Amino acid sequence: MKEEIIIAGFGGQGVLSMGKILAYSGLMENKEVSWMPSYGPEQRGGTANVTVILSDERISSPVLNTFDIAIILNQPSLDKFESKVKPGGILIYDGYGIHHAPTRKDIEIYSIDAMNTAIEMNNSKAFNMIVLGGLLKIRPMVTLENVLLGLKKSLPERHHKLIPMNEQAIKKGMEIIKRV
Amino acid sequence: MAEEIRLMKGNEAIAHAAIRCGADGYFGYPITPQSEILETLMELKPWETTGMVVLQAESEIAAINMVYGGAGCGKAVMTSSSSPGVSLKQEGISYLAGAELPCLIINVMRGGPGLGTIQPSQADYFQTVKGGGHGDYRLITLAPASVQEMADFVGLGFELAFKYNNPAIILADGVIGQMMEKVVLPPFQKRRTEEEIRKNCPWAALGKTADRKRNVITSLELDPAVMEENNIRFQKKYKIIEKEEVRYEEINCEDADYLIVAFGSMARICQKTIEMAQEQGIKIGLLRPITLWPFPSQAIAAYTDKVKGIISVELNAGQMVEDVRLAVNGKVKVEHFGRLGGIVPTPDEVLSAIKEKLM
Repeated sequence: MKEEIIIAGFGGQGVLSMGKILAYSGLMENKEVSWMPSYGPEQRGGTANVTVILSDERISSPVLNTFDIAIILNQPSLDKFESKVKPGGILIYDGYGIHHAPTRKDIEIYSIDAMNTAIEMNNSKAFNMIVLGGLLKIRPMVTLENVLLGLKKSLPERHHKLIPMNEQAIKKGMEIIKRV
Repeated sequence: MAEEIRLMKGNEAIAHAAIRCGADGYFGYPITPQSEILETLMELKPWETTGMVVLQAESEIAAINMVYGGAGCGKAVMTSSSSPGVSLKQEGISYLAGAELPCLIINVMRGGPGLGTIQPSQADYFQTVKGGGHGDYRLITLAPASVQEMADFVGLGFELAFKYNNPAIILADGVIGQMMEKVVLPPFQKRRTEEEIRKNCPWAALGKTADRKRNVITSLELDPAVMEENNIRFQKKYKIIEKEEVRYEEINCEDADYLIVAFGSMARICQKTIEMAQEQGIKIGLLRPITLWPFPSQAIAAYTDKVKGIISVELNAGQMVEDVRLAVNGKVKVEHFGRLGGIVPTPDEVLSAIKEKLM
């Protein structure tokens, strides 16, 4: 098994931390993992992206030209990464920040209304976990149990009380993702 | 008990490894993309456990001179920075080499010249292996290609520095510093006691005892005849290091038609290039220098009769390629491919370059 994933959006949307939780979940399943962020000024409001690789075998390059899965959370990221999804791959996007929907016919496209759902849940911070839930519904590459263990591992202890809220957000994401 | 497998950034791994290797002191000044080294050390508070000193100096220049002071006392001391900050340290590095002091320097390279960008680069190759500071000196240069090697090379760097009384440097880049991977940290080692330092480093300026002459730590020698002798002694030492300490890794090299030479993050990216080439029936091998000085010249020269061409792939305009060319001495075609200023090429870009330049 090998999943090469790009998560891209605005800085502040939780792109990097979503990737981190995915990476930690992979660690919990004894997979090989790599997490390569864009670490520039993007983190402070521009576009941010992170490449996450989960694999049963040793990972060669942490930097990739094409991806099995692209999770796209704003228009500039869609413009940049739609063409980088491997044929037959998966693109997941939230329509909230997207003005021109993806057009590729040779990949599976899913949309997830995560931003509006997070607002309905009265918790904008749940946004990235809703998206993660959607991803895991389509590609159950790690178990929910290991995601929660990964959360425990990656969050400082003072934030452990937020884990049940995150679990709820992941489950919500699994419900609302839909094929386009 | 087996050590736990953790997930962390290369920079964080260096900080953890420093404490575990029994380092006595870290002196540094923050700069992207390596600030997590200082930040992690501050978070781990080793002064409360092992007694290791962690200090944010007022500048990079102050930090390297604190290293000079600590190293002069035989302590295992280190500093880290990124390209522009390492340029500032060059005077101090030359003095450390001239005074034959062991220490560990870390450069997590970013795009230059000048203040440049904060994105990954390997454009400080020349600075690191060809001088940087003034005078005929050499730095033992380790080039990590994984988070695991970031952790492992802290101990190795100190070991080599103390073995040869010479500064060692870990030459990493923004990719290896910022990426997270699995890592097993080295086991805890106690810091050396003052007694042990006096025994192992009889030259250390720890205060004169009745049974020996005063120890003087200096790179200054106004008599050129004596200074020449000093230099001859350094060169003898460098020859021994060149003979004993070359390290490299060969991947897919058996019956390869083409050879990539790449270090650090570029060596990782090129492994993917090789996988892609295999799918197209093209046989490419990778020789990854782990020590950039001493350089694995003989290992590279061994391929002159075996491959149709060699390409040096670097995040710079062509620096290590000069050493590859010296190694093969015109016997096989040697080309260079690189991206500049903080741009990291993707594996397919490297494959296109190989096809264009070598096939």
